[in-house]
Amino acid sequence: MKRFIVPEPGVAIGESGLAANFSDLHPPLTSVQAATEAFACLFCYEAPCVTACPTAIDIPGFIHSIRHGNPLGAGERILSANILGGTCARACPTEILCEGACVVNDTEGRAVKIGQLQRFAVDAVMERGGAHPFPRAADSGRRIAIVGAGPAGLAFAHCAAMLGHRIVVYDAQEKPGGLNEYGLAAYKMADDFAQREVAFLLGIGGIELRQGRRLGRDFSLSDLQRDYDGVFLALGLEQPAGLGIPGEALAEDALGFIAALRRGGPKALPVGTRIAVIGGGNTAIDAAVQARAMGAGAVDILYRRGRDAMGATPWEQELAANAGVHLHFWTRPVEILGTSGAITLRLTDTQMVDGRLESTGSIRDFPVDRVLAAVGQRLHEVIPEGIAVENGRIRIDAEFRTSLPMVFAGGDCVTSGADLTVQAVEDGKRAARAMDRDLRAATNGTGRQGDSHE
Amino acid sequence: MNNISGPDLACSIAGIESVNPFWLASAPPTDKKINVERAFRAGWGGVVWKTLGEDPPVVNATSRYGVHRGMNGRPIGINNIELISDRPLDINLREIEKLRRQWPDRVIIGSIMAVMEEEAWKSLAIKVANAGVQGLELNFGCPHGMCERGMGSAIGQAPALAEQATRWVVEAVGTLPVFSKLTPNVADILIPAEAALAGGARGLSLINTVNSIAGVDLDRMAPMPVVDGQGSHGGYCGEAVKPIALHMVAEIARHGLADRMAISAIGGIGSWRDAAEFIALGASGVQVCTAAMLYGFRIVEDMADGLSRFMRDRNYRGIADFRGLAVRNVVDWNDLNLNYDVKAFIREDKCVECGRCHIACEDGSHQAIRIETKPSGGKRFVVIDDECVGCNLCQHVCPVADCIEMRPVENGLPKLTWPAHPKNPRRMAAE
Repeated sequence: MKRFIVPEPGVAIGESGLAANFSDLHPPLTSVQAATEAFACLFCYEAPCVTACPTAIDIPGFIHSIRHGNPLGAGERILSANILGGTCARACPTEILCEGACVVNDTEGRAVKIGQLQRFAVDAVMERGGAHPFPRAADSGRRIAIVGAGPAGLAFAHCAAMLGHRIVVYDAQEKPGGLNEYGLAAYKMADDFAQREVAFLLGIGGIELRQGRRLGRDFSLSDLQRDYDGVFLALGLEQPAGLGIPGEALAEDALGFIAALRRGGPKALPVGTRIAVIGGGNTAIDAAVQARAMGAGAVDILYRRGRDAMGATPWEQELAANAGVHLHFWTRPVEILGTSGAITLRLTDTQMVDGRLESTGSIRDFPVDRVLAAVGQRLHEVIPEGIAVENGRIRIDAEFRTSLPMVFAGGDCVTSGADLTVQAVEDGKRAARAMDRDLRAATNGTGRQGDSHE
Repeated sequence: MNNISGPDLACSIAGIESVNPFWLASAPPTDKKINVERAFRAGWGGVVWKTLGEDPPVVNATSRYGVHRGMNGRPIGINNIELISDRPLDINLREIEKLRRQWPDRVIIGSIMAVMEEEAWKSLAIKVANAGVQGLELNFGCPHGMCERGMGSAIGQAPALAEQATRWVVEAVGTLPVFSKLTPNVADILIPAEAALAGGARGLSLINTVNSIAGVDLDRMAPMPVVDGQGSHGGYCGEAVKPIALHMVAEIARHGLADRMAISAIGGIGSWRDAAEFIALGASGVQVCTAAMLYGFRIVEDMADGLSRFMRDRNYRGIADFRGLAVRNVVDWNDLNLNYDVKAFIREDKCVECGRCHIACEDGSHQAIRIETKPSGGKRFVVIDDECVGCNLCQHVCPVADCIEMRPVENGLPKLTWPAHPKNPRRMAAE
C-alpha cells in the first residue's frame, strides 16, 4: 500500500512531497510481475470473479492470455466487455468485487491482483496505439444524442458507434470523462489517464463530443428528441445532497474540492490546515486522503454510523489511516458556526435506537479551518421536462427506457446497481444494445422486442 | 547439513563406496577442479567428470542451451548442444589426481568417449584410470554433435558396438568398475542394457539426454539455442524427463538386470523424493545435473536431509533397505486387476468452487461431475458415480489438498486380469 509523505507539524509538504503523494497509487506491474501474478490464477470455470464483475469481464480468460505472453489479446478481451476497463482497473473497489470473490482467497489467503493485471493488459493495448481494436458496423443512418460524457455516456457512445450509429455527446464540463476526470482522487488516475482513455475510446470513430453544453441551459430535451433518433441520458448526480443543518453554507462540497484539485493540480495547503470531512463513502476518503497528501495538518472524517456501515471499503479505510486521516464514528454535525477559515463544528454523538439513528443528546464543539461535505449526490435540480422520476432517480424499465419515447437513461442518474463506475459502464453498454434493438425493430416494423443486433 | 542421526546414507555403487548416493553427472558442473571442489564442499558424494576424449580437444559452439519453461515461467527442462570437455586431456587428468588426494572419501568417476577403435578406447581408459578414478563411465549417450563423428549415441544405439567398446575397456582396466551410460533414444532400453552386461559392465548410468528441440525462436525462425541463425537438435534434460527415466530404470530392474549391474540413475533428479523414487525402482545411487546447473550445488543439502528423514520415518537403516521395493509392483498392463474400482469423492467442506474438476471431467474425461446450485447460493460439485471411471483427472486439477479423494469401491470381486477377462475375445476364442 502506498506510503504518503506526511510532514512534521509546522513543516510544509514541499514540491517533492506533493509529487510523491500524487504519484500513481498502484505503480504498474512489470511484465515479470504480471507473468508471476498471472500464474496465481486458477483459471476457474464459471468463475466467481466474473459473476462479481458488473461488466462480466472474462477474467480467467484474460489472465490466461497474459500468462501466455498475449497482453494485447488480454486487453482486447477486457475492453470488449468494458471499454473503460482502464479506469475500472484503477478505481474499482476490487476487494468487494472480483478480488473479493477470487477463489485464491480460500486456497492462499490472498486474492489474485486482478485489477493490477487488468491495468497491465489495457495499458498494453493503449500504449500500442495504431488502429482502434474494435470495428464499426456499417452506418445505420441513425443519429443518437447522449447527455453526459461520464462513464455511462462514454460506454454507450462506444457501443452504439460500434453498432453503426452516429453519436453526438453533450457535456456541461470543459473536459469529457465525468467523474473519471473530476471525481476520483488524482493518484488513482495519474498521468491524465481519463483523457487518454477518452481519446482511445473515440478512436472507433462516429462519436462527436460537444463540451460546455448544459442540458436545460444551452439546449432542451425536446430539441434532442426532434433532432435525433434516440437520446441517452447519462446525467449523473450533479447536486450535492447537502447537510441540512444551520450554517451548512460554510461547508464545501467534497466533489467540488476533488474537481478543483483535478483542474488545477495538487497545491500545498497552508501549514497546519485542519480539515473535517463529513461522510463515509469513497468520496469522503478521496477528499480526506488528498487533503492530507497536500499537507493538511489534521484531517478528520466524521461519520454518523459505525465502521461496518461505511460505504468506503475496508481497503479505502486502511488507505486513509495510512495517510494519517482520523476516522470518527457515531458522530454528526448539528450546526456549523463561525466564518470561513475559522469554523466550529457542533457535533453530537449518535446511536441506534430501535433500528433508528438518534442523537445521544451530547454536544461538543470541534474547531477546524475547512469542512468538506461528502454526504452523497442527487439529480440536478433542473430535471428534463416531462420525464418520470422515482426515488430521486430517473425511472427506467428493464431495457433502460425512460417514460419518454426513444429516451433512455443509465449510470448514476438511474437505479440499476451499485453507484460505481463499473456499473455505469455496464448500464451504458446494455442501454446502447437495447436502444439499438428498438431502433432496428422500428425500422423493420416488427415492434420493440424484435430484431436484435448483438 | 544433516543433523539427524539414524539412517546412514553411505552406500556402495558397483562396489564403489560413497558417503551418500548423490553424484553429479558428467556435465559442465564437473568439468574442472574448481567446480568439483565446491561440489564436494557442498556435500556431494561423488562426481562423474565431464567426458574426456583424446586430444586435440573439441571446439564448442555458442550458444549452447535452450530452455523449456513451465506454466509458471520457470525451466522444467533445458537442452544443450555442448560437446565433451574442450580442455586438453592432461590438464583434466592432473586435476583429477589432485582432487583424489585431497578428497579421499569422495568418488570421481572418469567419463570417456572414443571412436570405434580398440586402441582408442583402451589407451584413453588406461590414461584416465591411472589418474586415480574409482570407476569409468562410457559415454554411449550424447545425442548431438559427437554422434555425427561416430561416437556417443552412434555407439549406444548399436548394441553390438556398445558391447564391443565395453569389452575393450573392461579388458584394459581389469577390476576397475565400468559403467555403461545409456541413451534413451532407443525403442527398447533392455537391448543396450543387455549389451552392456555382455560386454562386462559392472554398472549402468541412465538416462543420458533425450533428443530434442527446446523451442523455436519465432522472430529468427530457428530452433533454440540459435547459433548464427540456425540450430541443431540437442540433449533434453531436467525435471521434465524424470518420468521417462523412471520408466527405463524400472524396465531394467524388473527384468532382473539391476541384480547383475548397479544402476546409477539419471534424469530430472533434483530432490530427495526424486532420488528415493529411483532407489525404490532399483537404483543404487543417483546422478544430478540440470537441477545443480539451475540452482547450484547447495541443493544437495536438502537432498541428504530429506532422504535421511524419509528413511528414519520408515525405519530404513540404509539405502539397501528400500532399494528396489517398488520393482515388484511394476507389472505389465495385462497383470492389472480389472475388478479394482475407485470413484472420486469431493469433500464439500474443502471445495472452493473453482469449477476446475467439472470442466476437466466435462471436456476432458467422462462427464461425471455435475454442478448444483446450493440453496444458500454458491455451487456444489457432485460426482455421478455411474459415469466416474476413477481416472484421477479431477484430483489432479483440484487446487485444494485433500479435497478430492479417490475412494475404492468395495465390490467384493476377486482379481481379474485381461487375459482371464470374459470380454477378452482371444480368451473366448481359446475356450
